[in-house]
Amino acid sequence: MNTDKTYTVKGVTGDWEIVVGLEVHAQVISNAKLFSGASAAFGAEPNANVSLVDAAMPGMLPVINGECVRQAVRTGLALGAQINKWSRFDRKNYFYADLPQGYQISQFQFPIVGEGEVVVDLGEGRTKTVGIERLHLEQDAGKSLHDQHPDATYVDLNRSGVALMEIVSKPDMRSPEEAGAYVRKLRTILRYIGSCDGNMEEGSMRADVNVSVRKSGDPLGTRCEIKNVNSMRFVMQAIEYEARRQVDIIEDGGMIKQETRLFDPNKGETRSMRSKEEAHDYRYFPDPDLLPLEFDDAFMTDAKASLPELPDAKKIRFTESLGLSGYNASVLVAEKENADYFEALLAEIVKATGKGEREVAKQAANWVISDLFGHLNKSGAAISDSPVSPAGGAELLKLITDGVISGRIAKDVFEIMYETGKSAAAIVEEKGLQQVSDTGEIEALIDQIIAGNPGQVAAYRGGKDKLFGFFVGQVMKATGGKANPQVVNKLLRKKL
Amino acid sequence: MSVDKDTVRRIAHLARVQVAEEKLDALAGEMNNILDWVEQLNELDVTDVEPMTSAVETTLHWREDKVTDGNKAEDVLANAPDAEYGFFSVPKVIE
Amino acid sequence: MTDLTRLTIAGARDGLKKGDFSARELTSAHIAELEAARALNAYIVETPDQALRMADKADQRLKEGDAPGLCGIPLAIKDLFCTEGVLSTAGSHILNGFRPRYESTVTANLWRDGAVMLGKVNMDEFAMGSSNEHSHYGPVKNPWRAKGSDQDLVPGGSSGGSAASVAAHIAMGATGTDTGGSIRQPAALTGIVGMKPTYGRCSRWGVVAFASSLDHPGPFGRTVRDTAIMLGSMAGYDAKDSTSVNRPVPDYEAGLGKGVKGMKIGVPKEYRTDGMPEEIDALWQKGIDWLRDQGAEIVVVSLPHTKYALPAYYIVAPAEASSNLARYDGVRYGLREKVDGGGLDDMYEATRAAGFGDEVKRRILIGTYVLSAGYYDAYYLKAQKVRTLIANDFHSVFKKVDALLTPTAPNAAFPLGDKLDDPLAMYFNDVFTVPANLAGVPAISVPAGLTGDGLPLGLQVIGKAFDEETVFTVGQAIEDAADFTAKPEAWWRD
Ligand SMILES: [Mg+2]
Ligand SMILES: [Zn+2]
Repeated sequence: MNTDKTYTVKGVTGDWEIVVGLEVHAQVISNAKLFSGASAAFGAEPNANVSLVDAAMPGMLPVINGECVRQAVRTGLALGAQINKWSRFDRKNYFYADLPQGYQISQFQFPIVGEGEVVVDLGEGRTKTVGIERLHLEQDAGKSLHDQHPDATYVDLNRSGVALMEIVSKPDMRSPEEAGAYVRKLRTILRYIGSCDGNMEEGSMRADVNVSVRKSGDPLGTRCEIKNVNSMRFVMQAIEYEARRQVDIIEDGGMIKQETRLFDPNKGETRSMRSKEEAHDYRYFPDPDLLPLEFDDAFMTDAKASLPELPDAKKIRFTESLGLSGYNASVLVAEKENADYFEALLAEIVKATGKGEREVAKQAANWVISDLFGHLNKSGAAISDSPVSPAGGAELLKLITDGVISGRIAKDVFEIMYETGKSAAAIVEEKGLQQVSDTGEIEALIDQIIAGNPGQVAAYRGGKDKLFGFFVGQVMKATGGKANPQVVNKLLRKKL
Repeated sequence: MSVDKDTVRRIAHLARVQVAEEKLDALAGEMNNILDWVEQLNELDVTDVEPMTSAVETTLHWREDKVTDGNKAEDVLANAPDAEYGFFSVPKVIE
Repeated sequence: MTDLTRLTIAGARDGLKKGDFSARELTSAHIAELEAARALNAYIVETPDQALRMADKADQRLKEGDAPGLCGIPLAIKDLFCTEGVLSTAGSHILNGFRPRYESTVTANLWRDGAVMLGKVNMDEFAMGSSNEHSHYGPVKNPWRAKGSDQDLVPGGSSGGSAASVAAHIAMGATGTDTGGSIRQPAALTGIVGMKPTYGRCSRWGVVAFASSLDHPGPFGRTVRDTAIMLGSMAGYDAKDSTSVNRPVPDYEAGLGKGVKGMKIGVPKEYRTDGMPEEIDALWQKGIDWLRDQGAEIVVVSLPHTKYALPAYYIVAPAEASSNLARYDGVRYGLREKVDGGGLDDMYEATRAAGFGDEVKRRILIGTYVLSAGYYDAYYLKAQKVRTLIANDFHSVFKKVDALLTPTAPNAAFPLGDKLDDPLAMYFNDVFTVPANLAGVPAISVPAGLTGDGLPLGLQVIGKAFDEETVFTVGQAIEDAADFTAKPEAWWRD
């Protein structure tokens, strides 16, 4: 663990340390809900994806969706966590308009996944290990719409019963940055293994953020829980605001009241949640409609075998076997789609050139990160929608290695490929962009340039070395940039 | 363990059952009668006994991940005391 | 033509097959009877039109030779079972006007086998009670009265409407549910047979939940054979109920008649409680003698934790109920009490205060209390541990004996209002029935004799998990020996 930078909140009484723990709710990727056969899909008409079970009709009973169990186990394995072959569902009892049963089926005492850990990248080679306390399966609630009617709240139960994994961290984070990086890393892992799509805008990943402050070395302070924060940026903003608020209260001689708060992204503030103000007493007890959740080693082995290479392992492979820089490797593994693209590109280049992976990896990585990502970012496209396929990219890069076009021309060719979807070879052919390496042709041009610029030639020969670039530029201009730079350099030195 | 008026008031609110103030004492009495009686269980030492998880030995049946239900908003809303535009409607909640 | 309402299910089935009468005739006869018996208040909803439609369909099936065992048999359905399109109230005001868009698995099984629904019968609200006085729809009256008396008696509960309708011959059989004795105790108090199968035998899907780990759907009939026929239809694995057990259902009726010769019957000494009425003790002894006379070996056994069953039950059942009944909140179905200017919580509290009766409220409060912070271990966890001890008692005793014989209830039917102000006295009605619910083992109550006042008393046979066949066999041996032919006088007819 390496945390050089210590984040503090400056107060009149000195520096305050902040302590952050997160409960991330991640929607399990599944067709059907955790305990019913209704669709778990997002965005349906109100109450369309609702079974009689989800609406808590009298006499309705839950039946567990095995895929959700499998996804929880895969996620636990990806977090290097303890997997509990015996776990149990409990009821968490409370009344709320969007909680039709009057209880949430969750796992309280015996979660399916126990302790694990996540190594979080903080940039500049800094990392931090954040402990995972547990992961459990539970039902999502429905959705309350408060702004559709002046004195009514509307309730849509489409989300009611959708499977969630609640991933609880230890209170290991000490800065907004660490918390943001933790959420990002968690999201990366979930998306790698396909147990959650990580789509925070649609609410498939939300964080409850627990924040407290203390003077370094003091015991933990009273914490406040900020509910349902739905973006990485908001997580960081909420922590920053909340820590400041708590420090100000304490320094004014006040006490922190343990409470549930809401983050208002428009104002960048947290505020007390009126509906959750009263003390909770959830009266957890084992759900008598369900039996304990049990599985065997074979189930776990299968789950393990279904896991792809995880981002940490991939990063090590990219740096150690492929020789990429730590930065480039981090960028490429951050999203599984990016890493997949890069690896597909690499395979295509190897196939096309017959060279070893390590020989071509650096070039491929640079091209993906600067050229491809640059264009994707500009057009706001996802890598899955890239108009240039890995094979197309490999063809372009091969033209450079083969000396057919220069790196400079390649950028123009790529621009056209990106716009038109045409192949690199076709564009080069069509526009006559092949590099000119014919020494005779270039020599003739150089002779003309020397003859046409006697002043500069004299100055150069008189010791003004910088003018060399002027001559290179003239040759390039005359060839429309197509002259092979190495040949130009060599010939110019000879002639001058 | 004895239940007093305040406890009954708190429990009644937890259970979302309105109880008239003048009925709290009587209810506390009834609850205490029952609780005193069930406390005979304390005669038993159950330290090493596993709590029952199910009356009969069987294993949990797992459902396949298939969409087999839903698309019955009309059935879901059919008995609703108040429903509008496909939603259940309740008194305004302020978060 | 014989009086069709006097027939047993088995007898009616045979008559229908022979074409002695039609299902429509059988059903019409019952409709006429039940309409003349409204003084009993057994039915919450009568469904004569639906019954006749179902009877006609049954006649069609009979004609086509596709006639399962219950084809054309008119039954009463406890109002705890959700029935599609038909008011389903659980005896509660809070389900005011609730017409489910679904059919419970158990009733669907009965309709699959051709049975006919006469209506939905009365019960203690949410199945909480032992006298059927805790119903929003008013108390059910026991068809039986003490000799020379016109005082109304309770039919027992919670399935009081089911028991009364079968006893009064206004249904050939009925469904019930038994959470602490709610089938067996009313069966005993009304002189009929009531069977609680093994937990997991009958699906709970579509049955309004009281206490999920204790709720057992089961049948009522006037004979052991009739309950065996009904259970054969009601039982079966249901993938929609996670606690349903995937085991083949034997042909219970075919298993009857084997007799008890060579069986070992246990008599649990702990069931001989202080203050047990002499008549009940004597009847129990009679039962022991009957079985011995038929060749069974009687063994005195011990179920040492019996006295803790009732207190453990009154922790577990209210706790589960407090959670199961949280869904009755006025949002999606049933009653909603509007509070002017009030918020959501006000609506909840007013709705639940107006919708639930006193006994249900009492149990919700007890259940909420025993689960609340700091009390879980002392109450709920402890009670579930005691349950393990009680189940272990049964397991060890069933290594030595095939079945147990006990009284069903500690008393005969009592006057309306008698125990209404004393919850604990009411709870004691289930002292002999509750242990089988806690352990999930099957048990039956068979009418075995009359009190000096001429009121029916029942004996209970308890068996091993999934061994309903032995329970029926022993029950039938009692039935044969008791030759219980007494009937209540039809004072209720108008
Ligand atoms: Mg939480
Ligand atoms: Zn949660």
